[in-house]
Amino acid sequence: MTSRNRHAVGRRSVLKGAGAAAATAIAGFPFISRAQNKPIKAGMVTIGSGRGAMVGSASSKGASWEIEKFNAAGGLNGRPIELIVRDSKGKPEESARIAREFVNSDGVDILFDADSSAAAFAIQEVAKETGVLTVHMNSETSSLTADPKIRSWNAFRSARQGIHDSIAGGSYAAEVSKTKGLKTWMGCSPDYAYGRDSNKLFFEYLKHFHKDAEVIGESWPKLFQPDYTEQLTKILQTKPQAVYTCLWGGDLTAFIDQSNIYNLFAQIQVFAINIADYSILTAVKNLPKGIHSGSRYLSTFPATKENADWAAEYRKKFNEHPVNWSWENASGAKFVTEAIKKTNSVDPKKLAEAMSGMTIDSPFGVGGKLTLRAEDNTLVNYATGWGETIQKDPYVPDVKAVDWKVILELEHEWKKANKYI
Amino acid sequence: MDLSALGSCLISPSCVITQSTSGLIIGLLLFLVAAGVSLIFGVLKVVNFAHGAFYMLGAYFAYSAYQLSGSYLIAVLAGGIGVAIFGVLFERLLISRVYGSPVLMQILVCYAMILILDDVVKIIWGADFLSFGMPPAFQQLPILFAGGVVPVFYLFLIVITLIIAALLGLLITKTRYGKIVRAAAVNPSMVSALGINTGVVYASVFMLGGLLAGLAGGLAAPVRSLTAGMGTSIIIESFIVTVIGGMGSVAGALVGSILIGLVRSFGSIGFPLFTEGLMFVMMAVVLVLKPSGLFGKEGR
Repeated sequence: MTSRNRHAVGRRSVLKGAGAAAATAIAGFPFISRAQNKPIKAGMVTIGSGRGAMVGSASSKGASWEIEKFNAAGGLNGRPIELIVRDSKGKPEESARIAREFVNSDGVDILFDADSSAAAFAIQEVAKETGVLTVHMNSETSSLTADPKIRSWNAFRSARQGIHDSIAGGSYAAEVSKTKGLKTWMGCSPDYAYGRDSNKLFFEYLKHFHKDAEVIGESWPKLFQPDYTEQLTKILQTKPQAVYTCLWGGDLTAFIDQSNIYNLFAQIQVFAINIADYSILTAVKNLPKGIHSGSRYLSTFPATKENADWAAEYRKKFNEHPVNWSWENASGAKFVTEAIKKTNSVDPKKLAEAMSGMTIDSPFGVGGKLTLRAEDNTLVNYATGWGETIQKDPYVPDVKAVDWKVILELEHEWKKANKYI
Repeated sequence: MDLSALGSCLISPSCVITQSTSGLIIGLLLFLVAAGVSLIFGVLKVVNFAHGAFYMLGAYFAYSAYQLSGSYLIAVLAGGIGVAIFGVLFERLLISRVYGSPVLMQILVCYAMILILDDVVKIIWGADFLSFGMPPAFQQLPILFAGGVVPVFYLFLIVITLIIAALLGLLITKTRYGKIVRAAAVNPSMVSALGINTGVVYASVFMLGGLLAGLAGGLAAPVRSLTAGMGTSIIIESFIVTVIGGMGSVAGALVGSILIGLVRSFGSIGFPLFTEGLMFVMMAVVLVLKPSGLFGKEGR
């Protein structure tokens, strides 16, 4: 009986098994296949309208191109990344709302913050609350990742950082100051967190490298201010030997156009950190020569075939020059796709673990490498330098690279001074 | 606050000349937009929030015309005429349907138009900012006068905007059309009863407002970066001017605009961190002392 029963059970089991196998063959495999091909969702919060619309345009192009390459190579076992881009209109409260919507309603696996610095801090809170893997691709405000109270295990920055640029700028400006005997300086930067931060740090490091430098005046135009006449006349009245500005985008082109009619650039040495980017270089019709600028993005810096090829391909694909936001977003997307490939997963913990300290091959890095530093989840070793403008392509022909050893040493001291470490 | 710097500036001819020119140029370009806002409100009682977008359209029309013709004169005229035509269409097709409606409805229509025009600009001209470039005739060194610096282009803008202001003043005060417009502002029913088509008058006021805003956009284009949404900041200042000068008063708009320009210019020396705030303080003072504005009529 036992034997018969056992046999009967066995026969039923076989039949059930055969049925199940048949059912699986008919319906099950396609179900599994559909699950496997379900896209990995990435939500990008960016500025798609208003005067900051260019941020969204360049950011989404940079990231989507990298994602396209990942998808073309088969994705994650056939699962492509689907990039959803939404417009925050440059309002931080809207950015945070969209980020939450991405996580709670759309169920995104990855959050790309391609918004302003003000929005980045709001999105960082969403990242902390939800635990979703987040990459800040545009925010340059240093404290976002330097301050341990703000930093989060699951949030990374693939953008350049204000403190790095300020050290590089201060070091370069000090050299020029010593050579040209520039002692009196003035700042003219936009009146919000980035402008204040950049202005303060630039002069801090200028004085660090050149003790005789003296700041004799400041002027704070509003962000997106259309007219800089009052600032320009104040500069002319104050009569500094050199001016530092971190105006950017359309504000910077208006500042240059308006400075030109006062012949400012012939009278005063201008250090404008954000000029050496094709968004400005190609937009300004009467670009003066001799403006000192940091390298935001140039196809000639770093002067490698890889960088030149990337810029040429980008231009062919999108019919426009790449800009600073293009490479920052392309880099952020590449770190994520490399982490997905490495972990074979989209689990945020596994991805964060893989991305922490990750080094990738990149046309934008010194020696062809970019690293997400493990201690604070931020990008280091990107090509950074300063040079003087000329009126035609290559616009900044001789970019002087700044040594990352110096940058990292001074950044360490800055972190200690701010009690971040 | 740096009152000693302001004091030093006021006793220095070079500083006074430089800052006054700067104030005039800020103020007079603002006047061209504010005059349209004031005129439209005075006659139609419509708070045209879309007027900043008119200014933006003028700049973009001028940009395209300059690209095609290479002539700054044609560019400015294209900006002015293009927006004048657009102003008529806007009034006939949209705004005329909400006359007499609650103010909120009018604001809603204007705000919708701002959003639509910003998107249209992005579709046609792209999301990136554009730079017009300084016309070759004005690529000259600034004029030095008693130590003060006066850019040639700004001198041209000051002269041309003053001419436009004078012509506008003559049009409103000395011509039959001006009389009709002023009468329509006070008693549209009586104007209609006299056999004058008030619909045409209203459309013409929008056309005039559009012409002025378009000219302002075209004139300012060489020194402003062109972006979708560039009209937002100027519309806020235009309303401050309208409140200071008096609703519906072109002379008030002129005085209010120049005052704003001078406050900004000298304020940047004495109150570098409070320049924007000074404009609102001035508006508050006027509202307290003369609620109808410097040139406004009581009880209008």
